[in-house]
Amino acid sequence: MIVADKKPVEEIIEYVKDCEKILILGCNECVTVCEAGGKKEVGVLASTLRMYFANHGHSDAVVDERTLERQCDHEYLEEIRDIADQYDAIVSIACGVGIQFTAEKYHSVPVYPGVNTSFLGVTEQRGLWTERCQACGQCILAHTGGICPVARCAKRLLNGPCGGSSKGKCEINKDLDCAWQLIIDRLKAIDRMDLYEKFFNIKDWSTDRAGGPRKVAREDVQI
Amino acid sequence: MRLTYPTSFRIIRVPCTGKVDVQHMLRALEKGADGVCIIGCMEGECAYKTGNYRARKRVEQVQRILKAVDIDPERAQMYNLSSSDGPLFGKYAEEMDERIRKLGPNPMKSVQKSAA
Repeated sequence: MIVADKKPVEEIIEYVKDCEKILILGCNECVTVCEAGGKKEVGVLASTLRMYFANHGHSDAVVDERTLERQCDHEYLEEIRDIADQYDAIVSIACGVGIQFTAEKYHSVPVYPGVNTSFLGVTEQRGLWTERCQACGQCILAHTGGICPVARCAKRLLNGPCGGSSKGKCEINKDLDCAWQLIIDRLKAIDRMDLYEKFFNIKDWSTDRAGGPRKVAREDVQI
Repeated sequence: MRLTYPTSFRIIRVPCTGKVDVQHMLRALEKGADGVCIIGCMEGECAYKTGNYRARKRVEQVQRILKAVDIDPERAQMYNLSSSDGPLFGKYAEEMDERIRKLGPNPMKSVQKSAA
């Protein structure tokens, strides 16, 4: 999922302090799971802003709450078509994708971010999310025992650990596992160390972010 | 024991303080409650193991939010006591009542009155 973290409320207040009517727009997907932008967080942020406005002599300011199923699809964003124009600002607490798509669809309403979008990751435990994928566009997990050196090695090394790997940990941080240690341990566990010895073609980085914004176009599912 | 506690207290019973969310505390304060006091079991004695620890963290979160909107964070408090300790409950209630009286009414109250 896409992992995001809450923005400091002071920063959000700074964006909207001069607005009269604000919509806090949440998303029911990834940001709900990482407890940054779901219905509950919408309620907390709306309450906070209402208290801020009331306490600063701006008690006629209106802060409404809405949580959409997703903010990255036309069909769900259409649900606010009739009301979006009434607002001076929308604070979207979806991921960066949702925030941008909301801004694209409602061109004349300012849309502000309420979260910092962080990475593609997993919930390791409640309150702890860690990165797993960098969406490089050419998946090599088949050769690396299902552990990604692009996302999990600090140097994105593709041919084994560097000299900084010590006792299974990375040189940049003693708490960080060396991705290649994990890969080798896993290859041994599945009895596929032959993959470690095998030569692979040079990775095609043209599908990575360096080539500019990417797209996936699939004619088979297009209407 | 015929113990007393301040009449300003309104008790809301919950199955565990772990059930109390940030949103509940904020809504109470937003609607004009002068303070919110969460009273949970002793630390380490939660029947659900971590409910009271969660509640404490949430109270701290509410305090941070109150600070950000220029409302005294002391309006949200967390206490721990054993369920059989009536005298201590009375003492904490008195303490909370006193603290809130020093702070004065919740600024949200005047806003709600003027709106009405």
